[in-house]
Formats: sequence, C-alpha cells, structure tokens
Amino acid sequence: MMSQGGETPLVEVRGLSFARGTRVIFDAVDIDIPRGKVTAIMGPSGTGKTTLLNLIGRQLRPASGRIKVDGEDVNTMSRDELYAMRKRMGVMFQTGALFTDLTVFENVAFPLREHTHLSDSMIHDVVLMKLEAVGLRGARDLMPSELSGGMARRVALARAIALDPMMIMYDEPFTGQDPITVGVIMKLIRLLNDALGLTSIVVSHDVHELTMICDHMYVISEGKVVGQGTPQVLDHQGSPWVNQFMHGLPDGPVPFHYPASDYAADLLT
Amino acid sequence: MINWLQNLGRRAMRVFERLGRAHLFLWQVMTGLPQAILRPSLVVTQLYSVGVLSMVIIVVSGLNVGMVLGLQMYNTLSDFGSEESLGQVVALSLVRELGPVVAALLFAGRAGSALTAEIGLMKATEQLAGMAMMAVDPLRRVVVPRFVAACIAMPLLAAIFSAVGVMGGYFVGVGLLGVDSGSFWSTMQSRVDWHEDVLNGIIKSMAFGFVAAWIAVFEGYDAIPTSEGVSRATTRTVVETALAVLALDFILTALMFGVD
Repeated sequence: MMSQGGETPLVEVRGLSFARGTRVIFDAVDIDIPRGKVTAIMGPSGTGKTTLLNLIGRQLRPASGRIKVDGEDVNTMSRDELYAMRKRMGVMFQTGALFTDLTVFENVAFPLREHTHLSDSMIHDVVLMKLEAVGLRGARDLMPSELSGGMARRVALARAIALDPMMIMYDEPFTGQDPITVGVIMKLIRLLNDALGLTSIVVSHDVHELTMICDHMYVISEGKVVGQGTPQVLDHQGSPWVNQFMHGLPDGPVPFHYPASDYAADLLT
Repeated sequence: MINWLQNLGRRAMRVFERLGRAHLFLWQVMTGLPQAILRPSLVVTQLYSVGVLSMVIIVVSGLNVGMVLGLQMYNTLSDFGSEESLGQVVALSLVRELGPVVAALLFAGRAGSALTAEIGLMKATEQLAGMAMMAVDPLRRVVVPRFVAACIAMPLLAAIFSAVGVMGGYFVGVGLLGVDSGSFWSTMQSRVDWHEDVLNGIIKSMAFGFVAAWIAVFEGYDAIPTSEGVSRATTRTVVETALAVLALDFILTALMFGVD
C-alpha cells in the first residue's frame, strides 16, 4: 500500500496475529507507519501496544502475518540481517533501560563503541552533541541512579539517536512524568523527528499529549484497529468507542459498571 | 490417583524442559566464547568483581578452616603419637577436598548469587532487551564474559583457599601446639603428590567453577523479570550449585581415587 505521498510506508504490518496463551492480542491487524511522520499507537492498558513494538523489532514473533520494515520482512531475516536492521532502529523504553553501571556519557557512547570504530575523541564529540540535543550535556558524568525519571528517558533518547537511526520507537514516553517533563519529551519527539528526518512511533494512552504532536494515529482495542487517521479526524469522526477513548468519557461502549444483575432486584433480595 | 500421576508427569516435564533449556543456553554460551577472547577487557572487568571481590571471604574462611583442621587433626594424631604428620593431613584434606568444595560453596554464595541477581535485574529493568534492540547480543556481551570470568576465578580462589588453609594449620599446629616446623613441611612435601592430589584438586575446582558459573548465569538469564522472580532465581543458584557441587564431588572423587 502506498502512503498519501506515494512513498511506501517505512513499517508495513499486514494480517498480524499474535496471542499469549489463549489470549488473543492481535487478530489480523493491518498498520502502516508513514515515513518521516510521528505516528501514535493508542489503546487502553494491556491492549498490546508495547507488544507491537516488540514484534516490529522482532523481539517477539507473530503467529501469522507479515511485518516489513523499510521493505524487508523482519521475520524472514537472518540474525545478522536483523542486527543490521536494528542498528537503524532506536528504541526508548518505558523505564529508559539505561545501563546502571555506566555513566550517562558511557550509556550514550555504548552503541558507538559497539558498532563503530570511531576514535575516542570523535565518540566524545558525538556523545556531547547527542546529549546537547536532549539538554543533558551537563549531566554527562552522572550515574543513572542520580537521574530523575524524565532525565533517564532523555538520556535513553540520546542513546537511541546515537547511531543516527531511520526510526525511533517510543514505549510509553509520558507515563509517570510531571507536566514539565511531559512537555520536554513531547518537544523532543517532534523536534528530533523533524530535525533528523526520522520516523517516529509513539506507543501511549496519553491522548491529549499525542494529539498535539503526532501526524497520524491508530487506536487499538481487543486485538483490532478500531480507529485511525489524523488527530482531527479521530477527534470528530471516530466510532462511539473511539470517541469515548479520545475524550476519556466515564461511560459509553466501555460501561462504567462492571456487569452485574439488576440493581433494584439486587437491593430487594 | 490419575490426578496425582498427571501432576507428577507435569512436574517432570517442567524439570526436563528446564534442563533442556539450560543445555541449549550452555551451547549458545560456548559458541560465544571466541567473543570473550577477542574482547579480554570485558572478562578482566568481571574477573575483578567475581574473583578479586570474593578474596576476603575466601581468605578468612580458608584461614579458619585450616586452623580448625590443624586443631582437630592434632588431637586425633597425638593419640597415635604421629603429630608430625599434621602438615600432610592438613594439606591433603585441603587440596583434595575442602579447598575445591568449600571454595565452590562460598563462591556460589558470594559471586554466583551476585551474578544471577545482576543478570536477572538487567533483564527486569529491560537492559538486556535494550541491548538486543541496539543490535548487541546480550548473551555475548553480558553472559559470556561473566561465565568465562567465573570459570577462571574459581580454581584460583580454591588454590588460595587451600594455601591460606595450610597457613592456618601451620599457625595452630606449629605456632600454638608445638609441632615441629620441619616435620610439618617435610611430611607435606613427601606425601602430597603433585599429580594424585594437587592436579586432581585443580581439576575438581575447575569442574565446580564450570558448574557454578553455568548455573549462576543461566538462572539470571532465565529469571522471571520481577523482583520475586529474581529473588527466587538467586536462591535457586545457591541451592542448585551447592547440590551440584556436592554430587559432582562424589562422582569426581570416585573417578579419581576409586571406590574399590
């Protein structure tokens, strides 16, 4: 499928099915992640958003379906091909996933030391540039235990862009952060995407924040894509379920009350 | 009855499945060994944390075990008027058995549990997943250097344990109980055989080191990524290593010294 601009999508998911035990997480899902855009994957907690990122990075394998990244099927790749592909993908994990025995500087330098033959002085300069981009050049000597949650995520972001990837996947970047940190991360997602020509996938259930920074949205529920489009389209033309989710309404297709017998009858018994 | 049999079968299947996983894991670790040779700095760093940092407990325990051994053996030997053999008895006990076995048990408690907890926590905090997504194989970058370092450290620690233990026995026997110093060393020199005793002790400590390292890194890598999962994995490392070392000790002793 071609995107609106005629380009093939960077990530193309077709007929994706995945289950954990008897619980179906995805049931024949189709998703396109357009190049150069910020795409949000939304849905209630436990709906499989993070699982989708794991499937795109082949940390998990689907039961059926196909996932193509930059035209290549990730599930038919050899290990070497997969690792070559992963060098072009950055991931910002929910927890930051920083190496606790390394300083901030060494965390960002890690992929450079592992995958390049750059001299120490070159690595020094590249790391400082990446840290400057996320506003943490001054924190280079701190250990991860000395960072706040927001700072840890920004360091993780600097590390994710260390190898100048083609795409970044953000796993719940706003969860548990104060409003200022949320604002900083929102700004960074948009800014880095546009300045570095990246493609960004943001997995989250923070509707308000996502509508402000993303170009395209997918809403997933119970294994299916229940809505997709620009934030404006989804905001006004979604189904009743999407409308309830987008506006955080307490009652609707997802009822306020847990299923129970008739209230009056219950009281009179 | 049927339920009981089903449960038994299920448990047995789980045990065999886990054993299979542990062996596949070991195979993957083995195929990653060239990586450790190519990047010795990673192994050296781990040697410090599993080896050097275990020195205190090994030296203190070795000294105490040697002193107790000196005291106990002196009392028994003096009944037969052969106190001069104290050096030989202390050295043989340490080199053949106590050195490798006790050092391995201490190693499991100090370094093995730390390895499991470290790898398990790296898994729980997504550091291993993060590494894999950065196209760095966590098995080769994290597990293999720790495995190799533990395999190297264990025989060295067992040797230090035995040497310090002999010093402890000397201190008690010669220093406190009046055994002749010349006899202490000369009986040891003449009766402790390099091949039969020392080499077999080294082989034992290498085998124990291999098993202790395997269990520690596997339990960490296989841990359920929660606090409870890591805690259980750490406990399993200590218990399984202790049982494996003691069972292996009997098998190796039988093979080396015979059971006839």
